[in-house]
Formats: sequence, structure tokens, C-alpha cells
Amino acid sequence: MSTQKATGSQKQGRLMTGAEIFVRSLVAEGVEVVFGYPGGATIGIYDALVDLSDIKHVLVRHEQGATHAAEGYAKATGKPGVVLVTSGPGATNTVTGIADAFMDSIPIVVFTGQVALPLIGNDAFQEADIVGITRPITKHNYLVRDVKELAKTVKEAFYIASTGRPGPVLVDLPKDVMAQKATFHYPDLVEVRSYKPVVEGHPKQIKKAAEVISTAKRPVLYVGGGVIQSNAAAELRKLAETLQCPVTTTLHGLGAFPENNPLAMGMLGMHGTWYSNVAVQYCDVLIAVGARFDDRVTGKVEAFAAEAQKIHIDIDPSAISKNVKVDVPIVGDVKRVLKQLNEVVQRLDTKDWLATIQQWKQEHPLRYRSGDAIRAQYVIQKLGEITGGDAVVVTDVGQHQMWTAQFFKWIHPRSHITSGGLGTMGFSLPAAMGASFGRKDLPVISISGDGGFQMNSQEMATVVEHKLPMKIFVINNGFLGMVRQWQELFWRRRYSHVGLSNPNFVKLAEAYGCPAYRVEHSSDVESVIRKALAHKDGPVFVEFVVEQEDNVYPMIPSGQTANEMLDFPDPVVKPSNGVPEELLMTVVKG
Amino acid sequence: MTHTQHPSKSGAEPKEGEHFKRHTISILVENKFGAFNRIAGMFAAKGYNIDSLSVGPTEEEDVSRMTIVTRGDDQIIEQITKQLNKLIDTLKVVDLTFESFVDRELVLVKVQTTQSTRPEIMQIAEIFRAKIVDISPRSVTLESTGSQQKVDAIIKMLKPFGIKELARTGRVALKREFQGEV
Repeated sequence: MSTQKATGSQKQGRLMTGAEIFVRSLVAEGVEVVFGYPGGATIGIYDALVDLSDIKHVLVRHEQGATHAAEGYAKATGKPGVVLVTSGPGATNTVTGIADAFMDSIPIVVFTGQVALPLIGNDAFQEADIVGITRPITKHNYLVRDVKELAKTVKEAFYIASTGRPGPVLVDLPKDVMAQKATFHYPDLVEVRSYKPVVEGHPKQIKKAAEVISTAKRPVLYVGGGVIQSNAAAELRKLAETLQCPVTTTLHGLGAFPENNPLAMGMLGMHGTWYSNVAVQYCDVLIAVGARFDDRVTGKVEAFAAEAQKIHIDIDPSAISKNVKVDVPIVGDVKRVLKQLNEVVQRLDTKDWLATIQQWKQEHPLRYRSGDAIRAQYVIQKLGEITGGDAVVVTDVGQHQMWTAQFFKWIHPRSHITSGGLGTMGFSLPAAMGASFGRKDLPVISISGDGGFQMNSQEMATVVEHKLPMKIFVINNGFLGMVRQWQELFWRRRYSHVGLSNPNFVKLAEAYGCPAYRVEHSSDVESVIRKALAHKDGPVFVEFVVEQEDNVYPMIPSGQTANEMLDFPDPVVKPSNGVPEELLMTVVKG
Repeated sequence: MTHTQHPSKSGAEPKEGEHFKRHTISILVENKFGAFNRIAGMFAAKGYNIDSLSVGPTEEEDVSRMTIVTRGDDQIIEQITKQLNKLIDTLKVVDLTFESFVDRELVLVKVQTTQSTRPEIMQIAEIFRAKIVDISPRSVTLESTGSQQKVDAIIKMLKPFGIKELARTGRVALKREFQGEV
């Protein structure tokens, strides 16, 4: 880091081209890795990269892969991810990843090449109005029209992306501007007079919140990704333990509170645990921390924690009272606000409430049917047990994503990465690749379904090229499983285009030069997971051929309430002699 | 500049009523490339109504003022204000509806005339203190300034004569300084 800073500052005050100013700005910003793909409009920038070894450039195989890699890197490390692509199709290919980062508040900075200024608007070759296209899906974006503005704009882009409620920022770089010369000066600090995120919670609101909390008999902490983004897991734990308040997390909140703590209730929402959804329904004080009352969490908004007084802590004022009216809003950085709250709250008497929840946990645990045919839930449960939670797990979108959220025991912040808000299939492989560049301390495990894997499988080439020690798991049920589940439950089992005709995944992985295994029996799952985890000098691919038509339970049908929740249809059966094997349940949490 | 669109969340035209009030929002924005698009685009993307929108320079060179007239219940207006504040280029957002404010709108109306109707039209112009800014054998163009209600009224009065063309600026507004209490 120190040598990088030196390289950046050594050149301060010298006359150089826009392209050189750009790459030196990245060095000065401390950027370690850039995910990119060159093209006509960025050829000058790529030339400037040749002489600069401080930055690692990763050549992806599709620009969408670059944006997801940047997201994965950002979520795993907490530092902004960086993307560099060319104009036109290069830029438009980043759109899905940018929208994904916007929905999930992930700090990434996307640099796009652009045709020369005089050509803009002329339908020039590889021209696209990417600033216009991405305006509603970026936190902010820029078109650099003057080389003198370049370094300041790069600084601002990183500042805006990574402060306040984080999000994607796009900077469009016209080819001629990058060829013009200016004196390089990268500012240490930047001031944007119209952008001043509130960090400290208002003392009056803190006091009000503490008063409401002190009256609680059945409190619930409802925790979102904001706790992880603001590195506030320790403060959250202190609050929960002081209050003796049960904690449920959103999909992005997984890892913010250790699930081996008795106060943990796992995930809430459409596929949340039975007991967390019921606890939220019956709670009298709901403390929402860095969460945004998404419809997959609330179901029918009017019925969500209807009797509860609601406290909402969020750094984004517009997230407050957007979906659900709250009684005590606190705008501020979650970490700071929790610290402030921790100073004023006192222990509550929640013994009865916790006992009730404990009983619910025993009556309605997460469970699945065992047998020789592999259940995805079993794969995830074993993976959780073997790693002990010490892994970065990156999921895709669909049934496997929900099963991973449910059956892996989440202990650490930043150990769970997924596409939540946008629900982007094809996210896992490139995002895990990005995470793998940022985190060398833990195994990085990509888990996809057979559908999602094929949406960005080209990045296998990048993974193999860089010998990333990733574990790439594909849960293959031969279906677009979540859509199939909806068709089964709500569309009279009229399956419409949900069956997949798949390639030979093992051969495909091997064609990329990646060792690969296929597992078809439950009895082999554990040994193959162990073998994969032991493989350290490059990627390893495992296909788990699982039960084709399995459903994710519990499930609250879209727009409904916890009253309509479908629990796992089979009852909890204790293993004993005489119980037929197909009725045996594996009870996991509870 | 006047911009009118009628999208709404339910798809049905929202009515003005007890919960659906008209609000005049004054916004100071950095006079930067695309700032106008960001604001107009936010309204379109979130499905909020714009009854009128006017924009122009202010006393500060790099700052523009936008005046937007919009409609919504309390929750929608709260979200509009927050979403406007969230845009990076926005310096200040004031919902003037909660303040005492002066507002004006300018209209140009080209009305059909004949020899017999011209005096009557001139009379209406005089009553509204409108100016005649163009005249031809078959038409006369009037300029009128005032509150939105006044502009609505003059248009209504001129309608029977046949309006050939019409251009309104949309409302501009500033907060009143002196509230009348000494």
C-alpha cells in the first residue's frame, strides 16, 4: 500500500495525458484490482496500464462478469470494486450488474469508455448514452468533458460510492478527453456541497427509541445488510444481549448476528424460518436496523408487525416510512446509532418471550426429508458443518439460494454474498471470483443452480486463468426450480418452460481446465465436500445431482401474511425403530 | 418550461381531495450537465405526477431553481421530498405548501378575432391587466401574469372566442419573508 501511494504521489504536478491521469488516480485511490475488458474507446487507457504494475487488471470474459466480480469484491472486503470497460456494448453489458449493485447498495465504480466528444450524439460506432441509460440505476454518474476535471471526478466517484448508503457510480470517459493533457493532481479530500450524509443519530430520537424499547415485552431486532456495510456486528450483538432481544436477519443481514447464539432466529420473510416470521407478527416492539422493509420480507405490508411500535435505523432518509410507517425513525450510520443506543438502554425482562420462541423453534424447525437421493438442503447443511461457518459463500438466485440462506449456519459478517434486490441469475460465479481476489483468508465457495450457472459460465476461463482457489458448486435439479415450485403450488402444476436440458457440467468444467466431480448419492456428499475444500492450488468444480422436484419451505405466498405461511408439509418425526426411512426428517435449526 | 405527465402508481388518475393535495416544491440544484434529467427522471421512474415544472438560473451562477407542482398524499409527498434530497446534485428542497409564498405564472394566448369580437377581447385583457403582444387581422396574442387561478380564469374567459395556441410557463414561486406580524 505504501509503495502504491508513493507511485501515485510521485507523479503529482506533472503534465500527462488523461489516460495516464486516470490510471494514476486509481493508484492514488489505493485500488488493488480492476475487472475489465478493453475496446476501441479505452485503448489509450489500456496503453497506460502497460507501464503500471501497481494495479492488477483481471480480464473477464463478459462485461457483466466484471460488474458482478466488482460487487463480490466489494461485499467481501468492504472496499469499492472497480470496473473498466469500453463504450457501446461494453458499457451496456454492465447495466445488469450496476442495477444489481444499486438495489443491494454495493459500492462499485464503473468506468466506461465513450466516443470522442464531437461524435457524441452522432450514432457513432460503439456509441451508447450510458450516462442516460444508467441514470436511474446509479447513485450518481458523470460524463467527463474536460481533462482538468478528471482526477477530481475519479475522487468524487469513489467518495460517493463508498459513503452514506453505498452504491454504484459510473464515470463515462470520452476517448479524446483521455488523450488531452493536463497537470496531474489527485486531491486528498473531496467536498461535495450538495452531498452530506447524516452519520450521528439525533439525540432526541435516540432517547425516544430508548423509551419505546423500555416498554417492550416482546421485542424483535430485524437486521439488514446495513449492519454488515457499517461493520456494526459487535454493536448489534451488544444491543441484543443487553436487551435479551431475539434477532432475525434479512437475506443480506445473514452473518450480522451469529446463528450459534441462542437469541438468533435466522432469516425472516417469504422463505424465512417459521418462528422468526411468527415472532415478528406477535412482537410489540420491532427494531429495524439497516433494513428496508422489502416486500419479500414484509409480505402484506399492513399486516407486517401490525401491533408493534416500530423503530427504524437507517442511513438513507428515503428508506424510512417508504413501505411501512414507523414510529421512531433514526437517520444515521448504523454503527454510530447502535453505539448511542447501547449507552442508554437497559436489560428487559424477556424470559417468557424467549421461552415461547424456543418452543416454536422446537415445534417448527427447519427440516427436510432424508434419503439416498441427494437433497440440496443436505449439501448446504454439510458444507456449513464442515467449514464451521468459516467461508465466504456466494450464491446465485433461486431455490439453492434460499436453502443456503436457511441451512448454512452463518457466523461471520461478509461470509454471505448474494443477489437479493434485483435477483440476478448468473451472479454467483463472477461475484465469487471477485470475492476470491479480495479474500485470501477464507475458502470462497460459489453455489449456483444449473440454470444460473449457465448465465455467466464463461467466467470459468477467468477463474482458471488466475488459478483462484474457489469451490464451484452447482446444485443440479434439472429445473428452474423456484419457477417450477411456483407453478406447482400456484399454477396447478402446469409446468411451462422450466425443465432444463443441460450440458455435461463435469466435461464443461474440465474443458476449461478445472478439476471436476459429480455426486449422485447422499453418502458421497461429505467426502467430496472435504476433498474440494482440501484442494488449494486452483479452482475445483462439483456438480450435485439432487432431487428434481423439491420445494423451499416455509413459504409465505407473495403479498400474504404469516397466517398463510406454508410450513414443511411433513410433521417432525423423531427417528425410532419402525419409522419408514422416507418419513425421516433431518431437523437442522431449532 | 412546462412538463406535464400523468402516470400514477395505480394507473388511475389521482384525484385531488382530502388526502391528495397539490404541493409546490422549490428545489435548488447544481447547474450541472444532466441535473434536470435526474429530477424529471426520478418523477417518471417512481410514478409521481408533475403538474408543472419550471427551471431557470438564480442569483448564483452555478445554481438553478426548479419549481415543481405535484400532487400526492402525505406519504407520497414525503417520499418525493426525500428522493429529491437524495439526488447528489440537489442543494435544497423546500415544500412551499407549508410556508407562506408568492407564486406567479405567465401565459401567452393566441385568440381568434373578428372585427366584432376584438373589442370584447381587449376588454377582457384590460380587466385581467393582460398585455397585447401581437396582433393580426384574424388573431391577437395576449400575455398575462398572475397566480395559477388567475391564469386559469383568463383562459376560460377567452375560450369561447377560439384559442388558436397557448403556452404556459408553469408556476414559479418564492417563500414570503415578512409574515405580517410585527
